[in-house]
Amino acid sequence: MSTHTLSVLVENKPGVLARIAGLFSRRGFNIESLAVGPTEHPEVSRMTIVVNVDESPLEQVTKQLNKLIEVIKIVELDGSASINRELMLVKVRADAQTRGAVLDAVQLFRAKVVDVAPDAITIQVTGNADKLGDVLRVLEPFGIRELVQSGMVAIGRGSRSISERSMRPVPVPAPASATPLVG
Amino acid sequence: MTEQGGIAGAAMTGAQSLIKSLESAGATDIFGIPGGAILPAYDPLMDSTRIRHILVRHEQGAGHAAQGYAAATGRVGVCMATSGPGATNLVTPLADAHMDSVPLVAVTGQVGASMIGTDAFQEADIRGITMPITKHNFLVTDPADIPRTVAEAFHIASTGRPGPVLVDVAKSALQAMTSFQWPSELQLPGYRPVTRPHGKQIREAVRLILESRRPVLYVGGGVIRSRASAALLKLAEATGMPVVTTLMARGAFPDSHPQHLGMPGMHGTVAAVAGLQKSDLIISLGARFDDRVTGNLDSFAPNAKVIHADIDPAEIGKNRYADVPIVGDCHEVITELIALLATEADAGHTGDYEGWVAFLAGVKKTYPLGYDTPADGSLAPQYVLERLSAIAGPDSIYCSGVGQHQMWAAHFIDYEKPNTWINSGGLGTMGYAVPSAMGAKVGMPDTTVWAIDGDGCFQMTNQELATCAINDIPIKVAIINNESLGMVRQWQTLFYNERYSNTDLHSKRIPDFVKLAEAYGCIGLSCESPEDVDTTIEKAMSINDQPVVVDFRVHRDAMVWPMVAAGTSNDEIKYARDLAPQFDEDDI
Repeated sequence: MSTHTLSVLVENKPGVLARIAGLFSRRGFNIESLAVGPTEHPEVSRMTIVVNVDESPLEQVTKQLNKLIEVIKIVELDGSASINRELMLVKVRADAQTRGAVLDAVQLFRAKVVDVAPDAITIQVTGNADKLGDVLRVLEPFGIRELVQSGMVAIGRGSRSISERSMRPVPVPAPASATPLVG
Repeated sequence: MTEQGGIAGAAMTGAQSLIKSLESAGATDIFGIPGGAILPAYDPLMDSTRIRHILVRHEQGAGHAAQGYAAATGRVGVCMATSGPGATNLVTPLADAHMDSVPLVAVTGQVGASMIGTDAFQEADIRGITMPITKHNFLVTDPADIPRTVAEAFHIASTGRPGPVLVDVAKSALQAMTSFQWPSELQLPGYRPVTRPHGKQIREAVRLILESRRPVLYVGGGVIRSRASAALLKLAEATGMPVVTTLMARGAFPDSHPQHLGMPGMHGTVAAVAGLQKSDLIISLGARFDDRVTGNLDSFAPNAKVIHADIDPAEIGKNRYADVPIVGDCHEVITELIALLATEADAGHTGDYEGWVAFLAGVKKTYPLGYDTPADGSLAPQYVLERLSAIAGPDSIYCSGVGQHQMWAAHFIDYEKPNTWINSGGLGTMGYAVPSAMGAKVGMPDTTVWAIDGDGCFQMTNQELATCAINDIPIKVAIINNESLGMVRQWQTLFYNERYSNTDLHSKRIPDFVKLAEAYGCIGLSCESPEDVDTTIEKAMSINDQPVVVDFRVHRDAMVWPMVAAGTSNDEIKYARDLAPQFDEDDI
């Protein structure tokens, strides 16, 4: 089993997320991480799906995804040729004694303090999964009170766009009607 | 009202727009039942001169009728139901059509848009419910979307790998005023089925076909859906390769043809099972290596390379690795194979399958389909189907339920033409026969349509006999009455020490099928001895103005053979209880 990152362009229509989530569950695939958001085209959304599967089930899940009418395009992003980012907000115990040490850790990882309370600090970290893991390992001894993490988003390196070609509409002749029935 | 582009859209209600859209999509027959949420659509439907609506007795009947109609004609079948329970009663036919790739459009009413999500009366999230069992589905809340949605539904249902599409329309959208305009093109950026096979793959396939010594054409339902039977006959005859036709493909290749080995699989003929199992090249055309065909996958056709042609890329390599994957429509694939094989033949390159063909001919001769005639003089179910085949002939359409009678009908009726065998293959839906026969008869009114049903199946959907009698749909029903859930009983005989838990239906006592038929306005006939079979079938054939139901009271211990026990290797096939065929492998 290995981790794969799929970028899935879908029509921005109600129910698409349910369709995709349902397909994964009924075909027995586990989603490790999922992020959905708008793209440069208002009618298209982009999902970044991280799955942990072998090569041949991955091919099957990709083909099954492609069969969904509202799925426009699927690209597997290779880790080295793409940028991956996740966002984490973590609330760490920090009183007057430990605050300095926590802030050192924040600086070390180029993280950001987004909220402060007398006995806790909330930190925002962005990065790939490895970096987020490293941050957590350093913060853990102080006491983690709460943690929330986004799904991963990913984009390929270089100037090419995965959405350029796929957006061209392909007109399909409407089913034949014997005679036009307008009026 | 003027639409963009200056074409005037006619003002009307959403309901009128829906009916006009269905007319524009080419629908001429709809099976359905009205109810609260779909009620607005039934008002303009009453005035439609193009659409005949057939009022069924249960929505499941509407769905299977639309399937039978589609399977018999190749056109899109249409059914209609109201929200909530009306829609959920369509779930089984939709799942069935999804498994067997039947082009179907189901239109359902939904509660008003403002009520959606409030647990309103007769509300069910039918779009959510049917997501896994439809090719696609829609919820329409804006009446302006109705024509485009209906056009897309028919396009998606009938192109690529065919399948069911559900259109759920909110009552508020049906009642609102809108303007009707039939679209001239559709925008479906994520739907581009590949029909034209890749030339390189065709060349690779031809290379394997010419190299092979033991090839077999493994023909599935896709050949029927793509209307490729005539092309298949050409391909088979040009090469001499043996042919097997799956349960979904019965009729795709003539049963009378000497190259035909019959149906493969769990209840396949010994020749067809051996033909796949011992081959060195399987040429799969519109088939999907279903578990009922392959048996235990690891030991299936261990020495065969595979050419897998299918219009659905997800089927290729799903169960069995494909050495040469070909994505494309079966008709186009076969046509291109024929062309390239002809070129090769002109250059003197042809396959040498002589030994293989002779070997299989020997297997076919040694292990023909057969059955035991009951010693007590009672009726053998297989005999009924043999005689039905002989008398009703290959021009009739045969629709079947699911179970022993289905397997006997697949084996003992000789099919010569596509679209004459209609059954529930993938889902295995008991009760499929009567409503699907009704639909087939509506689509093909001049053809004799026989429903072959078990006594268990028949009691699941026989309410549609009323629909048939009232709407002048004179189908014929052969009940193979062994007073039990016969296939389950067979498994209890073989695998559960003859402990017959809950499979005895007592159907020779209750109900009285002849009286039941008469109560439904049909002719009821009964037959329990072999001597009366021909005259009974001939009598049924002579009645063409009323549905006929024949209660064939058959021997209850008859079993379906050959059989490969579930989960075992196809090498373990038995052609009768405890009798395994002996192959002389040196003959290949």
